[in-house]
Amino acid sequence: MGILKTFVLGGVHPAENKLSANAAIEAVPVPKQVIIPLGQNLGAPSKPIVKKGDQVKTGQLIAEASGFISANIHSPVSGTVLKIDQFIDVTGYKRPCVFIHVEGDEWDESIDRSDKLETHISLSSEEIVARVKASGIVGLGGATFPTSVKLMPPPGKKAEYLIINGVECEPYLTSDHRMMLEKGSEIIVGIQILMKALLVEKAIIGIENNKTDAINHLTELAKTDERIRVIALKVRYPQGGEKQLIKAALNREVPSGKLPIEVGCVVQNVSTAFAVYEAVQKNKPLFERVVTVTGKAVKKPSNFLVRIGTSTQDLIDAAAGLPESTGKVISGGPMMGKAITELDTPIVKGTSGILLMEKTESRRLVENPCIRCSRCTYACPMGLEPYLLTKAAKLGKLQMAEKEMIMDCIECGSCQYTCPSGIPLLDYLRLGKIKVGRAIRTRIKK
Amino acid sequence: MDNIILIAVSALGGLGLIAAVILYYIASKFKVFEDPKIDEVESALPSANCGGCGFPGCRAFAEATVVSAREIKSLDGLNCPVGGNEVMQAVGKILGLEVEAKDPMIAVIRCNGSTTHSPAKVKYEGANSCAFAHALYGGEGGCQFGCLGLADCVDACEFEAIHMNPETGLPEVNDKCTACNACVLACPRGIIELRKRGPKDKRIFVSCVNMEKGAPAKKNCKVACIGCSLCQKACAFDAITITSFLAYIDFNKCTLCRKCVEVCPTNAIHEVNFKPRKPKAETLTPEKSVSGKPLADKQLVSDSSKTGPENKKEELIETKE
Repeated sequence: MGILKTFVLGGVHPAENKLSANAAIEAVPVPKQVIIPLGQNLGAPSKPIVKKGDQVKTGQLIAEASGFISANIHSPVSGTVLKIDQFIDVTGYKRPCVFIHVEGDEWDESIDRSDKLETHISLSSEEIVARVKASGIVGLGGATFPTSVKLMPPPGKKAEYLIINGVECEPYLTSDHRMMLEKGSEIIVGIQILMKALLVEKAIIGIENNKTDAINHLTELAKTDERIRVIALKVRYPQGGEKQLIKAALNREVPSGKLPIEVGCVVQNVSTAFAVYEAVQKNKPLFERVVTVTGKAVKKPSNFLVRIGTSTQDLIDAAAGLPESTGKVISGGPMMGKAITELDTPIVKGTSGILLMEKTESRRLVENPCIRCSRCTYACPMGLEPYLLTKAAKLGKLQMAEKEMIMDCIECGSCQYTCPSGIPLLDYLRLGKIKVGRAIRTRIKK
Repeated sequence: MDNIILIAVSALGGLGLIAAVILYYIASKFKVFEDPKIDEVESALPSANCGGCGFPGCRAFAEATVVSAREIKSLDGLNCPVGGNEVMQAVGKILGLEVEAKDPMIAVIRCNGSTTHSPAKVKYEGANSCAFAHALYGGEGGCQFGCLGLADCVDACEFEAIHMNPETGLPEVNDKCTACNACVLACPRGIIELRKRGPKDKRIFVSCVNMEKGAPAKKNCKVACIGCSLCQKACAFDAITITSFLAYIDFNKCTLCRKCVEVCPTNAIHEVNFKPRKPKAETLTPEKSVSGKPLADKQLVSDSSKTGPENKKEELIETKE
């Protein structure tokens, strides 16, 4: 295979622990009640259009986008709207949610529920974007940026490459891996749809080399379309970051503070490509996704096809219960995921996995003084100096932090992972980003 | 030999003389006029350089007062919270202006969600900073409005006026507080408020900022304000307003009658530096205390030296500063 491609700066290689890689995607039963947070995407939260007592069908629009960067939300179940009330979501705060009591499972008539692969793309470019927007599709890698916005490059900018992110560099998570194995053909059609929408002639699927079965499977499928190329990448965290993936695949560097379109790239996740396929070819909006439930002590690490709004507890039960030794329940992967405080927290569009970490694993190290070993600087994939930024953030030296490019931090956690002194570098970096971001916003307002 | 010394001395002396003349000329030619009053005012200020006045240090504040005195002939809007009325009077005297006396203020912690009232459900192990924890999650006790207990306010205080109570996990303000506003700005949840110190340091405030409905608020914290509006009904002076299920006492209208404290079903309203009440006060039903005369209250305050009933005792210990 020769030397595998990867990004140049920094990066780490945590233990992969892909425990659920061989577990086929399994649909969990529809729960009795779903709680659907209205703020599931990056940007403005959606505006509910149903009220208490309304009857809804699976796939029916229940909340619409409230701005340019916002997304529609569709009912994942059929039943009655109980209420619209505050409920704790993955942010750890109570946010408005739609509560739906499930009665049966009656789908909207317009959705094609057959398994037949539809390869013919009849819609035009504009129609595809409109359909993607209407279907409420957001980036399913975890950032939940509305996909339709990515499909509309700003005037004067032209996309050259569509990069499909099948990297899944987070340890433990396998949802994208299983999608590639089981829904490969659909993903290829989804990529063709995205290419048509973006008017690009070249697509690259980037997959890390620890998923050789997926690489082989997709390479085989992509033979039918010479525009699509699959490339194997060396295993390295955080290769799944947009900027790192572009660097690895094309050796192009996205300028600081700019979007990938600046270097002629649009990056989409494989699961997003699948969701686009379903939306465009089957008229099925985004209301379910694949979630990995895993952990070293979990009896049955699994990949579940879950309706949005199902509680985390239901998924843990489906994976044979919460192990006694659980120390932390994390929504997402171990590197970038976020510990949840309540097991009732509903699954949202951005939940790629539920990780049950053991007490011994999840313990934080005792914070010791910095020994100036510069490991964090070597690990940073963005070429920043985490020890310096941390110090600046701690002391409130926001100007210095901004000058040292704190806003370029992608919060991957590589620095904290390598720190031998157990300093919570990422925590302070995030704090610095929040403060600097606020300062920049007030400056812009003025 | 003599000659060398002579040359050296005269050369250096001459150089020094020339330099002195140049320096004198430049100093007088390019002299920047500075009002001598600025120095005077600065020396009257506490030199804490805390920034509580809104200016970057005492010198900047002194300059601002002199400019204000010259241009608008008043010191409106300028106040040194640290020095208080005394310092402002002195400043006024230097500038020849009358300064209105302001009520002394103090920072109050409007959260009582201690480890006993709002027990921890999850454990936080991240960076030791309220600002960060606030961005991350609701809080160990589950209340997303309450104190996170990571002492950002203590770090912000320049006067050692706030410290954390390890038993309750909450910050406490002592008498050193100068109302400089630093802790108010440091708290990411807006729990700390500057309130009137009150006569003999007596004050009453709602020690809660939870804007949730009663039931969910009470679920996470035993002493949360549930917005029941009993205190609003009990208040004869319209001092209490309720917005989003949270009572707020206007300290300008409050007469410290303590009726609201009596009726509060969750003990969310705190009284500070009052003498403990007679045990009898507890037997008063809400209706009675609503219609009770102010006189009865005064009596209760004056002739009670015993400790109050059980449930009030705990509160008094906590609020004692």
